[in-house]
Amino acid sequence: MKAETFSRKYGIDIERIRADFPILKRQIKPGIPLVYLDSAASSQKPSAVIDAMSEYYRNHHANIHRAVHTLAEEATGMYEAARAKIAACIAAQPEEIVFTRNATEAINLVAQSWGRTHLKAGDRILLSEMEHHSNLVPWQILAKDRDLQLDFIPLTGSGELDLDACETLLGRGPKLVALTQMSNVLGTIVPIREIVRSAHRAGARLLVDAAQAASHMAIDVLDLDADFMAISSHKMCGPTGIGALYGKTEVLRDMPPFLGGGDMIRKVDWRSFEPNDLPYIFEAGTPAIAEAVGWGAAVDYLTAIGFEAIHRHETDIAAYAMESLREMPGLTVLGPEPSKRGGVVSFTLEGIHPHDIAQILDSYGIAVRAGHHCAMPLHTRLGLSATTRASFYLYSTFEEVDALAAGLRKVRAIFA
Amino acid sequence: MDDLYRQQIIDRYKHPLKRGMLDPHDITYEDENPLCGDKLRIDLRVSPEGIITEAAFSGDGCAISQASADLLTEYIEGKPLEEVRTLSKEDILDLLGIELSPIRLKCALLSLKVLKAGAYGMKEEKDA
Repeated sequence: MKAETFSRKYGIDIERIRADFPILKRQIKPGIPLVYLDSAASSQKPSAVIDAMSEYYRNHHANIHRAVHTLAEEATGMYEAARAKIAACIAAQPEEIVFTRNATEAINLVAQSWGRTHLKAGDRILLSEMEHHSNLVPWQILAKDRDLQLDFIPLTGSGELDLDACETLLGRGPKLVALTQMSNVLGTIVPIREIVRSAHRAGARLLVDAAQAASHMAIDVLDLDADFMAISSHKMCGPTGIGALYGKTEVLRDMPPFLGGGDMIRKVDWRSFEPNDLPYIFEAGTPAIAEAVGWGAAVDYLTAIGFEAIHRHETDIAAYAMESLREMPGLTVLGPEPSKRGGVVSFTLEGIHPHDIAQILDSYGIAVRAGHHCAMPLHTRLGLSATTRASFYLYSTFEEVDALAAGLRKVRAIFA
Repeated sequence: MDDLYRQQIIDRYKHPLKRGMLDPHDITYEDENPLCGDKLRIDLRVSPEGIITEAAFSGDGCAISQASADLLTEYIEGKPLEEVRTLSKEDILDLLGIELSPIRLKCALLSLKVLKAGAYGMKEEKDA
């Protein structure tokens, strides 16, 4: 299919959505509008989120869970309402949602709390070759400390997980399987539901790194039956500085505190303490209250549009981008076919380093990411030092893909 | 058109004058910017009087890092090894003839870092 014949029909009200994001009106230089194609690194924020955080600080802020005055009660109510919204978004219960700084901290929490009490020397953890550093380094730290073995599910030629190899590696009896639901480099969507079932049959717990996936598709943790899930606010239209760990109640109950301090205790003596209930036992210190409120507003915003509509839109844009880019001589798109991926398209352009590509595109207002995208071992595995990545979200347009293609033609002309 | 990608830089990147390895050599050193994936090696031949008689670079990376290495190795040929010590960030920018953002400065300065580490076993400081 040629790009010109591709159906450029929008399944969502793109003009209304773009009007919701003030930053999309930004000009990078006079007369050069922003073309933001770096949402996989961090999404932009709608007015609803910015306003919710501003309203919180202007009218409701106090510390939570402590005082009896009006503001403290309002702030506590808003913080807990946000937790309930995020829980509902992934079909979890509020007490199963632990607020963290980001998805990375959520994974570290599992490694340090669950890992240190449930894993012993010689135990195995099964990861994959497409993991982000955030779902790799925490396990390396734990493995070094506890003398654990790490195994990696290999990739197929098309950038999908090799599910036969996965079964073989599950046969080694890992205690934990920790996998991304969507590769931030290849765009691959992993059949996580099937792998959870295989992992459970093999007697392993399963952690899903949904930092990418949660912003793009409807997630139901009950249906997935995952034991843990890490999610991030800033990739789903919410503010930075907050993420969450989902854990099954019975699994979380069997874990010691991660960080010590205020809020995570019920009672403290000079030499001992009694921990608080779930999820507060894992939330030491004053949390990111305004950020939780903002994240709750982001979930409301995305839910009103609908995750299925958002996912379909991104797949349409990504498929169009793949068609447009593949026509370019010397350009190679990484990863699987559009039907098996989300809104992430990474590529290489023969003879031109990704940093040069990104820098030249920036001069045309086009923001893409160049580098290893926090997945160095994956790039080594693919024999690449760096790639260029365009990533899309609900506000991305076909015209922006055209701007990318035009920009890449200019890059090629400069290096011709 | 972006000022960064002046014709001189593109030419040097595509048709470098000093790309290669020296065998034998008196000094060799290699290093990388792991974050960008830029890799660079510089080989030097030095006369008994301490003059750099030949210099060459190898490796791969962005146009800025490779053009900078090509210009620098050409510049130091025929100069005393001692002079490497006095080279600074400004000298590299003069050779390239462009201004760079802090992130791209690292690309441009990789060649200076490798050259100094090779010549004196010392790491080039960020704001040299």
